[in-house]
This record gives sequence, structure tokens and C-alpha cells, in this order.
Amino acid sequence: MTQAQVPLDDAALVADHDHAQVHKAWKWYHYFGYNIDHKVIGIQYLVTAFVFYLIGGLMAVGMRMELATPDPDFVDPSLYNALLTNHGTIMIFLWIVPAAIGGFGNYLVPLMIGARDMAFPNLNAIAFWLNPPAGLLLLGSFFFGGAQAGWTSYPPLSEITAPVAQSMWIMAIVLVGTSSIMGAVNFIVTIIMMRVPSLTWDKLPLFCWAILATSALALVSTPVLAAGLILLLFDINFGTSFFKPDAGGNIIIYQHLFWFYSHPAVYLMILPIFGIMSEIIPVYARKPIFGYKAIAYSSLAICLVGLFVWVHHMFTSGTPPWMRLFFTISTLIVAVPTGVKIFSWVATLWGGKIRFTTAMLFAVGLLGMFVLGGLSGITLGAAPFDIHVHDTYYIVAHFHYVLFGGSVFGLYAAIYHWFPKMTGRMMNERLGQVHFLMTFIGANLTFLPMHSLGTHGMPRRVAMYDPQFTALNQLCTFGAFMLAASLIPFIINAVWSWTRGPKASDNPWNALTLEWTTASPPIIENWEVLPVVTHGPYEYGMTEEALAVE
Amino acid sequence: MKQIPASLLTLTAGILITLVSLWVGQHHGLLPEQASEAAVLVDQLFNVMVMIATALFLVVIGAILLFCFRYRRAPGDEDDGIPIEGNLPLEAFWTAIPAILIIGLGVYSVQVFQEMGGFDPGSIHVGHSMIGGAVSHAMPSHEMHAVPQGSVAMMAQAPDDGAIATDATADLLADLPEGTEPPATPVPRYGFGANAAEEGHTPDLVVNVTGMQYAWLFNYPNSGIMTGELHIPVGKDIQLNISAQDVIHSFWVPQFRLKQDALPGQSSGLRFVATKVGTYPVVCAELCGSYHGGMRTQVVVHTPEEFDEWLQQNAVAQQQNPSQTVAVNPAELSDRDYLSPYAQEMGVSDQVLSQVLAQVRSRS
Ligand code: HEM
Ligand SMILES: [Cu+2]
Ligand SMILES: [Cu+2]
Repeated sequence: MTQAQVPLDDAALVADHDHAQVHKAWKWYHYFGYNIDHKVIGIQYLVTAFVFYLIGGLMAVGMRMELATPDPDFVDPSLYNALLTNHGTIMIFLWIVPAAIGGFGNYLVPLMIGARDMAFPNLNAIAFWLNPPAGLLLLGSFFFGGAQAGWTSYPPLSEITAPVAQSMWIMAIVLVGTSSIMGAVNFIVTIIMMRVPSLTWDKLPLFCWAILATSALALVSTPVLAAGLILLLFDINFGTSFFKPDAGGNIIIYQHLFWFYSHPAVYLMILPIFGIMSEIIPVYARKPIFGYKAIAYSSLAICLVGLFVWVHHMFTSGTPPWMRLFFTISTLIVAVPTGVKIFSWVATLWGGKIRFTTAMLFAVGLLGMFVLGGLSGITLGAAPFDIHVHDTYYIVAHFHYVLFGGSVFGLYAAIYHWFPKMTGRMMNERLGQVHFLMTFIGANLTFLPMHSLGTHGMPRRVAMYDPQFTALNQLCTFGAFMLAASLIPFIINAVWSWTRGPKASDNPWNALTLEWTTASPPIIENWEVLPVVTHGPYEYGMTEEALAVE
Repeated sequence: MKQIPASLLTLTAGILITLVSLWVGQHHGLLPEQASEAAVLVDQLFNVMVMIATALFLVVIGAILLFCFRYRRAPGDEDDGIPIEGNLPLEAFWTAIPAILIIGLGVYSVQVFQEMGGFDPGSIHVGHSMIGGAVSHAMPSHEMHAVPQGSVAMMAQAPDDGAIATDATADLLADLPEGTEPPATPVPRYGFGANAAEEGHTPDLVVNVTGMQYAWLFNYPNSGIMTGELHIPVGKDIQLNISAQDVIHSFWVPQFRLKQDALPGQSSGLRFVATKVGTYPVVCAELCGSYHGGMRTQVVVHTPEEFDEWLQQNAVAQQQNPSQTVAVNPAELSDRDYLSPYAQEMGVSDQVLSQVLAQVRSRS
């Protein structure tokens, strides 16, 4: 690592190094309260999100147990719908988005750009603290029957079932939406304004590019969702009739408002993961990322096109023919920039010296899952076929390949990769491998059979189904148990390694991005002396001389 | 390896992948029986997509596995890989290939969509409207042949106009209890209309479909029949006018590859030709409440003769014995039985539902 050291104004800090170290680390209890350090907030986000992942996962297991038999015998059908709604909501709004953007975004962005913190540390902390009450509202809603209209909450169903629970659901989403708008503003300002002067745009790590694109997207689309939901809240509680068909309202408008946010939300979930992939693959393949520019620009392209595909969720709804066609074409077009990324990652593997750490296993596993999820996505883009499988298990299969295979695998990869930086300790690789294998096999057993269930006629969101589908459903349920069990080695590994794992060096993976130039875990304010960037983030295999010349 | 030139290996791999993809495109076994004209078109499109997807999958996954194996780090090797940062021709290539495939698929989808009659769901409107005076519809055999007026008349009704023009139907509907608006039959704005061949023709049979928690109700406006399961003749041009009473439902027959949401307050429709005699499931695909999963019935595709018979029997039964309480259709019976324990839970719609079901039972 060729890194020049520039003295700070505060010379005392540098002189009294040991003293500074002692005072520059957080104690464990600092993580349980209001704290404005981006690293503390990042870990708060991650741990909270993980707790919600466990809760959401438990709900999924509950659903899968219900679906082990065709009859509604394990849980009451309305409880099934409440589990379904909250599972989807929690997984999206309290797991993937907070973990990827809130957790890794907060932790890594300032470190990767050589900043001491985010631009607005207090805003950052407030944004985090909106999440726990949102989660409590969702969980509390079970005492009022539980919101049952699915994570899409289409009226009029959402207006007539469990109004209190539904209102709580809306308030929870508005809270996390507000949180994500706050975060988005913060990230945009931080990335544009707070880079160390030597970090030019063409040396910006791809994860930061991804977070920038994600934030821009969140800023444009989230307010639209909030607007739709607040109108829904008014309909439920204050006698308005925006979406009440029998009082002159229009139910289709809600669907447009909802999907205008919620389709881009898919990219909010996946873009940061793309960023994570672009960081992890070069490190373990020991090669520069292939097509840096193509990857950075394709994120922006996905953002832009991603804003014009939402109607593909409404092909069977009140959608006029021209819209079905326009959105077929725009949906198919998104596949191109996404494909560019996949090919770039695969090309990065070519000619590498690949180290199969657990992080890399998850990254490669993600590639496999995502290719399948992406291909089934293309079939869904074509309106004539989507009409057959819309609202069936084919859809459930598709989005779990993308969200579980694409996002959860990516988050696991990120955890294994940055764990040493965050905690100062290494994770156990053997347990990691067991975790990976169980997750990979479990996920495919759970979600692969669902494609066939859907095309053959099983609708989604049902607590009871036609007996002809029993065998495949049991296979899915078995897979879900395996997924649940896969968490055991992971949790043991995380807890054990965090407390007693072997100490990690500052840069255990020999990576080139800036976060690896500080201590593990980083001190408060990140660096004694701010780093100076002398080379790009992925220049693996370039000789020292080549680097020096630059 | 040394003796075989790389290009030959690539060629062999290419041929193998092509063959496998062609085979998988035809034998993936993912689609159920085809029972409508639309199904044939949709399946062809899907098979082509599966073929392309298989090829892409094999190439990409193959490359990943190959690279992972070929370029894994040897023990003790701490060096870095080859520092290649990009390759413009290669990048242009893999942007262009997917783009071309995508454009091709897009054009193909549009074409299938057109052939399915997706462009103008309201095209049934074309024709001469002759409102009223269609008592002859009680004669079922006219239903599908030379008597288009009735259906056109039905189509011309304003969406919220409860009165139905045909006397027979009006009679029948008159004793529907309050709160159960007879299904209106507006011109559908959403869904699938006539395909190129049927454009400008009125359909052979019109059925009004109403979704409600948790049952489908089928009303044959020209003969006044109401049933809980759909009966149609094979090979005829069928128009379904779909509406919903309470919440959104979605009418789906997997074997027809057709689906359309039933939207409260808005009209939608499906026009199709069933191609195979048999009984197929009708599934509700949009979450509509606790018992959404139980909202199932069936569509019976008859030969034209059988269908005439069915029409005659039911029309006569429904006209002559309006108060008959024998339930001949087990589907409704089980619906009713199935739902009654949950009457409490279903609130508003329960009343409507039980009234309608009672009505249906008394007639069928
Ligand atoms: C832990 C393993 C998981 C299992 C076993 C699982 C299983 C399920 C099941 C059975 C359903 C209900 C399908 C239906 O009835 O229509 C479902 C729905 C859903 N899941 Fe998962 N899931 C898992 C993880 C995830 C993850 C990680 C996400 C991330 C975003 C996710 C997002 C969703 C969404 C959005 C829905 C749809 C909810 C709705 O229809 O309202 N799931 N999942
Ligand atoms: Cu329904
Ligand atoms: Cu339903």
C-alpha cells in the first residue's frame, strides 16, 4: 500500500499515539444509545436489521409449515396473511434496505472516501432511530389482527380488513421511508462534498457509486410511496375516498403510486449489493475489476430506466394496452445494464488467482442465483407470459432468487468480508463454509420448485392450495427448514468470533480501498492522519513501479 | 488438451449448448395442458424464452464454474492475477448481444399480444346495437349463433345501470335481494378483446363474471342463468365481462393462460376461444382476504351440443321453478358450507354473499 501520510493540524493527537488509541475506541455500551459516529450507527443498523431478519425468517418458517399440507391447519388463514404481509414488509423495509444502505453504507462510505464522518451526523443518528419504532409498530400490529393485505396493501382490501393494524403498518412504512430519505440526502452530500481531495471521481470505489445511485433513486421515488400511503391512511381513518370505488375513488391510482416507488425499491435493494460485489470480487480474484466505468455507469442507467418500468406489476390490472406494451419494452431494456454488470464480474474472475474465502463463496453463489433470478425476470417482462404467471408462485420464486439469492447472499458476503474491519477479529472459515453450503442448498431447495408450482396453477398468498401441489410444497418446506438451520453455524460464528476470534490485522485481505488503511476496528474519527490516494481502488497485480509512476 | 485447438473446443461447446437449449426449450415441463387459442401463442413465446435463457444460463454459469476451477489460487501462491481492467470490443459485444436478443423478444411479445387480441379489449363494441326485445334468448340454441343483438345490448349498458334490457333476464334479476346489484355489463376497457380474425364480430357467447369474497358468480345475460361454475362451448368465441363486488379478485384459468383482475368500480374483460373439451380450474389470483386460497371453482368446456343441453336445462329450471330450493350444483353447496363458519369474520360481504349464494342455489 503506497499511502503518503499527511500530518493533521492537531499535532498532539499524532504525538500521543497510545493515549489517543485508548480514547479513540468506543465501549460496548456506546452501541446501545444515541451515537453520531457513522461506524456505530452502521453497526446499530446491521445488528437491528439482523434481528428483524430473524423475526422475518421465523414468519417465513411459519408460513412454510402451514404450506406443508394443502389445508389451512397450522395457522388460521387470516394469521397466515398477517405473517405473509409482515414477512414481506420486514424483509424489505427492515432487513435488506437498512442492512445494505444503512448498515454497510454508513459504515463504509466515509471510510472509503477518506472522511471522518458523514456530512450530517445527527441526521444520520435520527434516521437510524426511526427504524426500531417502525419495527415495533409492525410487531405490535399483531395484537390488532395484523395487517393482512400483503406488502402491497392494495385497496379496497387494505381498507376493510384490520383497520388499526393496517394504520400501524402504514405508519411503520412512512417512518422507514422518512429514514431512507434522510439517509439519501446524507449520502449524496457526503459522497459529493467530503471525499479527500486526492480521491477523484474515477477512483471512487464502486460501492460508493452504487450508494450514490441508490440515494438519488430513493430521493425521487420514496415521497411518492409516502403520498400514496398517507392517502390510504386518510381513507381508512378519516372518511376520505381516494381509493374507494363505491364513493368515486379509483383503486388503480393507488397501484401506480405504490409501484412507482416499489419497483425502484427493488433497485434500492439490489444496487448496494451490486456495489458490494464489485468490492469483494476483485479482492479475492486478485485482479482489477473488469470494466470499472461500465459498472459505474450501468448503475446510473439502471436507476434511470428503473423509474419507467413500474407498470409491469400491473399487467393484469386496470392497464390499457399501450401501457402493457410500453412497459414490456422498458422492462426488457433494464436487463441490458444488469447483464453488463454480471458479465463484468465474470470477466473479473478470468485470469485471477481466486481465493475461496467464505466471502468469495457467497459472492460466487450470488452470481449463480442472480443469473437464474434475472433470466426468469426477463420472461416476466414479456406481458403475454407475465399475464399467465402474475400473482403465482412463479413470481415468488423469481423474487426470492433475486432478493434471497441476490441480496441476502451479498449481505453475507459483506459480513464475512468486513467483519475483521468492524470488530478487529477474524471469523472462522470452516463454520463459514458450512454456513454457505447449507444456505446455498437450502435456498435452491426452497425456491426452485416454486417456479413449477406457479406455472402449473398455484396462486401466491394462499394458506390453502390444491392437493396436486403437495409434494413440491413439502420440498420447499424442507428447504426452508434447512435455511433456518443454516443460521445456527452463522450465529455461533459471529458471536464467538466477535468475542474471542483471532485478532485481525488492519488489512487481512490485502485490499486496496481506503477503509483498509486504518486500524481494525477503526478509531473514532477514522484516521490519525487523513490518507492521500495515490492509485485506484482495484489496481491488483500492477507492479509497485507501475503504481509509483502514476 | 494441447492437440485440440481452442476454436474446436469452443465450437463443440457451442453446438452442445445449442442442442441442449433447443431440447430444454421444448421439454421443460413447466406448462400445464393447453386449452385455449391463446395458450398456444403464449407457450410458443415462453418456449423461445426458455431456450434463450437456457443457453445464457449454460454459458454464464459454465464460465463462472470454469473460471473458478481454472483460476483458483494454488497453495502458497501469493501473487496477483493478470491486471486487465477492461476491453472495449468485449464490452461492446456483451452489451450488443443482450440488446439484440431483448429487442427481438420485445417485438415477438408485441406480436403475440396482438394475436391474442390485446390491443383493443373494447373492440366487441363494433356492431349494430339493438336494445331490448330479446325474449327469444330463452331458446338456448340461439345463444351462440345468429343472435348477436342481445349481447350487443348487454354491452351497451352503462356501468351503473342496473336495469337489464332483456325481459327474461330482467324478470329473473328482479327478485335479487337488495344490495346485490345484478352484474353490470359495461364495455370492458381492460383485458383481451377480439383477435384479428374476430375483430368486428360480436362474440358467440357473453358471460358476466362477478368476483366476491370468496366465490365467482357467472351470469348468462341472454338466458338469465346464474351459476357458480363456468360452462362454455368449445371452439366458440367467448366474451367474459369481469367485475368485482367488494375487493379486487383476479380471474385465472391456468390452462387458458389468461388472467384478468376483477376490479370493483371498473370493467374488464377477456375474449377467448377454448380449444379442448374438459374441466379446468378457475383460480382467484389476487389476494382478496383470508379465504383467498379457497376461492376456486371450475370451467367446464362442453361440446356445442352438450352446451346447448346444459343451457336448456338450466334456463328452463331457472325460469319455471324460481323458488326451487334444490341445489344441483355441489360447487355452491360446498362454497356455502365452507364459508358459513367464517361468516362473522367476513363482515360486510357476508350478507351479500349469503344472499347471492342462496339465490343461486334456489335457481340452479
Ligand atoms: C428465509 C427464507 C425465506 C423463506 C422461507 C421465505 C418464504 C416466503 C413465503 C412462503 C412467502 C409467501 C408466499 C405467498 O404465500 O405468496 C414469502 C413472501 C415474500 N417474501 Fe419471503 N422467504 C424468505 C426470505 C425472504 C427474503 C430474504 C426476502 C427479502 C426481501 C423475502 C421477501 C418476501 C416478499 C416481499 C414476499 C411477498 C409478501 C407478499 O406477498 O406480500 N423473503 N416468502
Ligand atoms: Cu378473490
Ligand atoms: Cu383471491
